[in-house]
Amino acid sequence: MTRSVLLFAGMAALFVLTGLTQSWSLALTVLNMGVISAIMALGVNMQWGYAGLFNIGVMGFVALGGLGVVLTSTAPVAGAMAAGGWRILLALAVGVLIVLGAVALWRRGGRLRAPAVILVLVAGFFAFRALLDPGVAGVEAINPTVQGNIGGLGLPVLLAWPVGGLLAALAAWGIGKTALGLRSDYLAIATLGIAEIVLAVLRNEEWLARGVKNVIGLPRPVPYEVDLQQSARFTGWMADLGIDPATGASLAVKLGYLGLCGSVLALVMLLAELALHSPWGRMMRAIRDNEIAAGAMGKNVKHQHLKIFIIGSAVIGIAGAMMTTLDGQLTPASYQPLRYTFLVWVMVIVGGSGNNWGAMLGGFLIWWLWVMVEPIGAGVLSAITAPMSDGWLKSHLHDGAAHMRLLTMGVILLLVLRFSPRGLIPER
Amino acid sequence: MDLLNALVAFANFVFVPAMSYGAQLALGALGVTLIYSILRFSNFAHGDTMAFGTMCTILVTWGLQHLGISLGPLPVALLALPAGIALTGVFLLATDKVVYRFYRRTRAAPVVLTMVSLGVMFVMNGLVRFIIGTDSIDFADGARFVVSARDFRTATGLDEGLAIRTTQAITIAVAAVAMVLLFWFLNRTRTGKSMRAFSDNEDLALLSGINPERVVAVTWLIVAALATTAGTLYGLDKSFMPFTYFQLLLPIFAAAVVGGLGSPVGAVAGGFVIAFSEVGVTYAWKKIAGYVLPESMQFSGLGQLLSTDYKFAVSFAILVLVLLFRPTGLFRGKSV
Repeated sequence: MTRSVLLFAGMAALFVLTGLTQSWSLALTVLNMGVISAIMALGVNMQWGYAGLFNIGVMGFVALGGLGVVLTSTAPVAGAMAAGGWRILLALAVGVLIVLGAVALWRRGGRLRAPAVILVLVAGFFAFRALLDPGVAGVEAINPTVQGNIGGLGLPVLLAWPVGGLLAALAAWGIGKTALGLRSDYLAIATLGIAEIVLAVLRNEEWLARGVKNVIGLPRPVPYEVDLQQSARFTGWMADLGIDPATGASLAVKLGYLGLCGSVLALVMLLAELALHSPWGRMMRAIRDNEIAAGAMGKNVKHQHLKIFIIGSAVIGIAGAMMTTLDGQLTPASYQPLRYTFLVWVMVIVGGSGNNWGAMLGGFLIWWLWVMVEPIGAGVLSAITAPMSDGWLKSHLHDGAAHMRLLTMGVILLLVLRFSPRGLIPER
Repeated sequence: MDLLNALVAFANFVFVPAMSYGAQLALGALGVTLIYSILRFSNFAHGDTMAFGTMCTILVTWGLQHLGISLGPLPVALLALPAGIALTGVFLLATDKVVYRFYRRTRAAPVVLTMVSLGVMFVMNGLVRFIIGTDSIDFADGARFVVSARDFRTATGLDEGLAIRTTQAITIAVAAVAMVLLFWFLNRTRTGKSMRAFSDNEDLALLSGINPERVVAVTWLIVAALATTAGTLYGLDKSFMPFTYFQLLLPIFAAAVVGGLGSPVGAVAGGFVIAFSEVGVTYAWKKIAGYVLPESMQFSGLGQLLSTDYKFAVSFAILVLVLLFRPTGLFRGKSV
């Protein structure tokens, strides 16, 4: 207990140190992303730490959360539904029916089922594209420099957070139904692949969220800095506090985000702790530790796995939506597994899998390192190279600082796995 | 005549590119599968091992080029390849000694080793970026084409040209040689047989006096050879970029899993299945259809099933489909 308190105090000290030595604005920026990372780590911890499910498709759920923001909070594009939106919806419905039909056909059995299913799927694919393509063309033709997508529902942006979670949960249900029967490594690779498929769709289907053209200027749940600076009341407060209004406005916005994200983190943490220490949590860990024994005791292992997979993915989806809101834009090209899947895994392993506090600490600590290793590395390298004469090697070493973070993350992960395999705050 | 044209277009745009890509994937997947069957974990560092090996080969190639050595029509990288393999082999053996051996001794769960390989992946990725940077590097020299489109047209009198790049021909030839060597080694030599015995039943193999550390070391050396060859061939064919190699991990895993993890024949088959479906699904068939189909049946669009950006998605869609119907791959791989 005291160990965890000390670790969290040390973590807080790191953020204060960042604020004192660099700037409070930077410290808050890092902290905000740290909060979101901690929520992602909590989601992964539910799947891996409670249930032993090896999901390396985290990025896909993060991206779906981001999509949720666009679909919920952006203004509807005028005329998009008439130009092809309804047709797209119809095509998607037909697509789902085709897949369900193929599944039903397969379940019926019979000698000719394989060719029949293939026939239905191939014919269905062409029918689906014939329905979809004109709709897509219609929507994408609308003002393509800034729109060309079906837009959203124009609802408040905070509503997008649960919606992002819901989208991720739906996807997790589909993935879980198909992939959870697989053994550990096969499941991992299947989730990795499905995340790539989600990303491919997000990058290419411009009617959905403009693809790689990005959606920018998403609505914000907090005021704009410019508005704050023009408000007499705000500038009055800042004058009383003796803070420059521009800096003050930026800090106030970041604190606003911190309040919102911090509340979500607190809520998720509370629920996760309650769940972990309930009979249900004990059952999950029993299943994780010995599936066969748990099955013999009458627990429905497959059903419970599906449940925890959906819940964990929903949490990741919510974090993804929060991240997109914080960024104010959706940039599908920036989603990389190195950053959104493997880094989150490092957070969980380093923090302590199976322990919510550990996962949360890992989220803060690894994110802080991820941001800070680059400047620290550059400083270290300049110190090393200072006595060297200018030349090829010196400039090469300087450029190399940019790649220090991957190296550092790898070394940290390896050291933790070797010397403290249960993480900084181990499971009790 | 039209049918011939269609065949040539098919060979030019689908068959030859898919064959060389498939050969690269197969070599990569063979490495993944060997590690899975003998060391018993999914090695996520494999893509970066390929990048590391290719980097070593490039550095040696630069050295050779600096000395003014040339292979005529062939790229100098072929000469540098053995050195690249040796360097990668030394690096992998050192990694095994520093990192993996501990977990083998403590008999850690396979999934822990997979996590460890994530750590190794980060380190290798960082090292490669640190040493050679992130820019795209083109290190293919020598002749560009074995058969150029214009020569082919004048020689045959067809409308369609067939172009075979030197790198594609080399890829297919080198990959074939490497696979023959590997299968010969596994099936005919004493060490290869002991590796297979170790893979089938570890305890029985230990009882019969097989030295496990030797099996492991030989495995890493073979993996170094396969990964460096695959990476170098891919780099010659396209270009070298550390990030691309990390992404290659995905289709390579797909190939290994589709074939059945742990099955070498499956890895080769999986490589070609993935390559042909990626190319086939994202190729615009309009041109070929134009030669074969009658006027009334011509496509109005490009005849492309999915846009080329869905390349990776295709390999994974196939992966998921195969896993649904055959949970351990086409050639019944194993699961640890």
